Amino acid sequence: MTDETKESRSLEKLGERLRAARDREKVETGRAEQRAGGPNSGAGLGLRIAIELVAGIVVGVAIGFTLDRWLGSRPWFMVVFLFLGAAAGMMNVYRAAKGIDASVGLGAAQRRHDQDRKNGT
Amino acid sequence: MANPIEQFKIQPLVPLEIGGVNISFTNSALMMVAALCLITAFLTLSVRGRALVPGRWQSMAEVFYEFVANMVRDNVGQEGRKYFPFIFALFMFVLFGNLLGMIPYGFAFTSHIIVTFALAALVFVGVTIIGFSRHGLHYLRMFFPHGAPLATAVILVPIELISYLSRPFSLGVRLFANMTVGHIILKVVGGFVVALGVFGIVPMAFLGGVTVLEFGIALLQAYVFTILSCIYLHDAIHMH
Repeated sequence: MTDETKESRSLEKLGERLRAARDREKVETGRAEQRAGGPNSGAGLGLRIAIELVAGIVVGVAIGFTLDRWLGSRPWFMVVFLFLGAAAGMMNVYRAAKGIDASVGLGAAQRRHDQDRKNGT
Repeated sequence: MANPIEQFKIQPLVPLEIGGVNISFTNSALMMVAALCLITAFLTLSVRGRALVPGRWQSMAEVFYEFVANMVRDNVGQEGRKYFPFIFALFMFVLFGNLLGMIPYGFAFTSHIIVTFALAALVFVGVTIIGFSRHGLHYLRMFFPHGAPLATAVILVPIELISYLSRPFSLGVRLFANMTVGHIILKVVGGFVVALGVFGIVPMAFLGGVTVLEFGIALLQAYVFTILSCIYLHDAIHMH
């Protein structure tokens, strides 16, 4: 009987402590977007940049090629969208490399990723 | 030396064809079913006891659950909670797909671009639908950076549009490239071990290190795939 109440009380206490710790954590990390950016480094970022660069160009060419097939204006849309795609790829690479502007999400992703790795979670 | 690409070959196990479409049950499909069965078995059997103080298996299942739950909470916020089942399923499927490929004679279905691209396209289409249903046509504002002069819209909107459309491509290619490259390296270095005879001990040691690294990459890429999905979801829900 006394054992049981003791156990439940200690569990309650543990719950309270957990809640307090979580609240503290929320205050510290709640604004994930405003965390300071860690240094972007390593092969992961290199691969991301390579993929980002190629992805922009491939998607641009694909859109241009489809528009050309549809409108029969080969090769003009493909040429225009090749350059637009290259520009988009460059922009994404810049965002990824600088870790800025979360609107596309990759910069913030890398930042949080580095942050989490640094925190060891 | 064995052909390092041969390990990715799709072999039909049960040839099936319906209406001219080849829907054979392949080794890739077998591994997907195996992943699903393993995930289901792991999650249901481990929490069967429903102990307040979890045992070994239950705490493993809880670690996965809490890992993804925290990821959703931190990156998507409170509104993201209802998308947790999908994100969790995505994470477990990619993770088990990567890890099943690490079993000798196994097959990593995530090393096929069509699989990773299909998963990425699913995320992309879903996120776009969520964005439009929450914000309506206002969601299109995302393609025009805040504060830019209106005259630059002619060039900025196509660029932002292409950048948005390249998301599923880069998401799929990242997972595919990491898995494929890792498995090719393992196979090539494995060929050296046989070819070098006694001196094969050197690539053998290297192989040990690479295998450990591959396990790390299998975990990391599942994490990256899921966290990027979370961030796209965050963008669609909150819009910057």
